[in-house]
Amino acid sequence: MSHLADAPAPATGQVMASTPPGPRGEPDHAADSSRLAHRSRAQTKVRWELLRNLVRKDLKVKYKGSTLGFAWSLANPMLLLVVYTFVFQIVLKAGIPRFGIYLMSGLLIWNAFSGSVSAACGSVVANANLVKKVRFPLAVLPLSAVGFAAVHFLLQLAVLFVVILVLGYHLLGPNLLLLVPAGAVAFVFTVALSLLVSALNVRYRDTAHLLDVALLAWFWVNPMVYAFSLIEDRLHEWTWVYLLNPMAVVVISFQRAIYAPPAGYSTGHKAVLPHDGYRFYLEHLAIAGATSLALLWIGLQVFRTMQADFAEDL
Amino acid sequence: MARHSSAYQRGSAFPLPAQPPPAPEPPATVAGTGIGTAVPGAGQPGQPGEAGGGSGAGVGTETAVVIQAGGVSKRFVSYRNRATSLKERFVRRGGPAGEDFWALRDIDVTIGRGQTVGLAGANGSGKSTLLKVLAGILRPSSGSVSVHGRIASLLELGAGFNGELSGRDNVYLNASLLGLSRREIDRLFDSIVDFAELRHKIDDDVKHYSSGQYVRLGFAVAVHVDPDVLLVDEVLAVGDEAFQRKCLAKIAEFREQGRTILFVTHSLDLIEQMCDRVLVLESGSMIFDGPPAVGTKLLRQKLGSLPSDGPVDWQYATVRPQSVMFSHQSGGPTTVQFDPGEQVVISVELDVTEGAPEHVYLHTYIVGPEEIAIWLMETPPGGFRLEPGRHVVDFVVPRLPELLGAFAVKVHVSDAATGVPVTTRRFEELFGVSGSHAGGLLKVGYEARLRG
Ligand SMILES: Nc1ncnc2c1ncn2[C@@H]1O[C@H](COP(=O)(O)OP(=O)(O)OP(=O)(O)O)[C@@H](O)[C@H]1O
Ligand SMILES: [Mg+2]
Repeated sequence: MSHLADAPAPATGQVMASTPPGPRGEPDHAADSSRLAHRSRAQTKVRWELLRNLVRKDLKVKYKGSTLGFAWSLANPMLLLVVYTFVFQIVLKAGIPRFGIYLMSGLLIWNAFSGSVSAACGSVVANANLVKKVRFPLAVLPLSAVGFAAVHFLLQLAVLFVVILVLGYHLLGPNLLLLVPAGAVAFVFTVALSLLVSALNVRYRDTAHLLDVALLAWFWVNPMVYAFSLIEDRLHEWTWVYLLNPMAVVVISFQRAIYAPPAGYSTGHKAVLPHDGYRFYLEHLAIAGATSLALLWIGLQVFRTMQADFAEDL
Repeated sequence: MARHSSAYQRGSAFPLPAQPPPAPEPPATVAGTGIGTAVPGAGQPGQPGEAGGGSGAGVGTETAVVIQAGGVSKRFVSYRNRATSLKERFVRRGGPAGEDFWALRDIDVTIGRGQTVGLAGANGSGKSTLLKVLAGILRPSSGSVSVHGRIASLLELGAGFNGELSGRDNVYLNASLLGLSRREIDRLFDSIVDFAELRHKIDDDVKHYSSGQYVRLGFAVAVHVDPDVLLVDEVLAVGDEAFQRKCLAKIAEFREQGRTILFVTHSLDLIEQMCDRVLVLESGSMIFDGPPAVGTKLLRQKLGSLPSDGPVDWQYATVRPQSVMFSHQSGGPTTVQFDPGEQVVISVELDVTEGAPEHVYLHTYIVGPEEIAIWLMETPPGGFRLEPGRHVVDFVVPRLPELLGAFAVKVHVSDAATGVPVTTRRFEELFGVSGSHAGGLLKVGYEARLRG
């Protein structure tokens, strides 16, 4: 685009501005047609800058006039941490040590996922005015919802790290590297589902309601408020069915990466985390990654097919 | 014409890692634009028949086709035919079928670089729909559309703005959606605000703008993003006089810069003043594509602001009287010489196009010298039902009266159902009747007597 930067419309009038009215035309420079094609594509391609602007816009709209609101959205999970620790560890005696940290290490990524998907679901409908008036790459709408949630997630994760370090628990180590593949799988899966539901919701407006219910149920099939070992105890050799859910794999991987159980809780029948090593996680992440990629392909196909009718359905 | 260009339609232009980038644009240097260019040997892309010779809008040579639409139709699926919830989709299949609605029918249009084209037609004729299809916002039900270059569109009451954001943020967002980088927008921002004359309001939320202010900002953005194609849908009507003048000046400037402009307007004066060419839509069909002077005349008549006998040029009518022939027998050899008492068959050949009245009524006058009507022949009450295509109506006169002279034929075509005139054509062809009398048109029986 840089070569276009010197061709703005206003008064400078770069092209033929001095030609008297009458027969017009433009000298046919060779680059002309490819220039037009390039500019044409620029209006339909997902560009990073556009995504960034949209995320910034969402943040601006959401936290308009309140920096406190933003700080609150970061502090919110930490408050949950305190409440849940109290309820589960002291009142219910759930038997998971450092329950707050355990919960948060899984819950943050889950919240990012469910927040992205439900925001993306309404994103096209909410921007009907743009969709019906401007030609732009529509996929930026659900993608910016993912970006918006990702920004919060990263900041909340940073806050969690600070809390862990302040409490003096173990955090820094090779375990953190597990966040990279787990985060990647979570990202692909979130994008895939976001594209899918955002497109479906334009035509089938009850998608949003169904999604809400589904997310509510889905929350409980991830080992966030209970230990994964509980599932292994019940399902035995059928545990793999439970792990078909990519989010469950992501959640246990995040826990493995962030949560360090005190000595005595890492192995044996009291183990909170399924495995001490990394192999188990990496293997399951690979499967979950494959599932996510397949879903991404479906999501893209559905979005590509349905987006042409968005303006009509809105 | 059924080729689907992947140039920019939403359905197909979604480059992703998993997907190859869209195929390169077809070369945009195709010489002949079909708009009356003088490029030797250039193929003339299909222009609708209606355009006839009228599409030569007097524009100089173009280097590129910027907008190309072939056989574009748009069907709106009736709401009743469409599942609007997942529940319906899977539970209740095939409800009562509603009528689908064709908002555009088989539109062919090629617009070259640098043309200013007006789009006119009655309310609901499909102008906004066509603009949205060209802008890549609606997918045509059939046909292909390709547009080369950056499109800026101002569709029905303004650009897409987010009411919750300030004018400033909306300018950035909108320009960014249209493909500009942040640096470019930074550079243009002041110019945009000055053009819109909204400096005092620019940090207010757009939801508090008046409709005129909204349009000002939208127009200012659209013209500043350096578009190759500007699509405007009668938004200027909202602006005040001063701003309208400013917009028109800007459009004139664009014309001179060789940009392509397609705008919808109901102001026929504006079309005559600003356009090189006008497209007229009626019930989704393009009934005219050609010079503004003719198009506006047609429109005035369609809209009833011209007296109903003011003829639409027959070449642009939906029912075109192509020719007239004279013979003794229906289908027999043509001749132009008749004797009184002979049978004469006057055959009017009609070209009926899409959009013509279902039942066509003809008034056929036989006119003599000084355009005096000698007699009138009409179709039976209710007219003839004519499908699109070529038809011949024979008026059979079993016995010619005692006439002397050369006579011409004048045909009035009207809609049999409503009586609304379609067109009139006075043919140059003459037929002669050689009566035995010495002078005068008609031979009558008489006696000459001296009184007294
Ligand atoms: N999304 C839609 N669903 C169903 N029908 C539609 C839709 N959009 C437009 N139509 C119909 O298509 C026809 C053409 O509409 P369009 O808006 O193109 O008319 P127009 O020529 O712009 O009219 P106006 O001069 O009033 O702006 C109308 O009959 C309209 O009801
Ligand atoms: Mg309209």
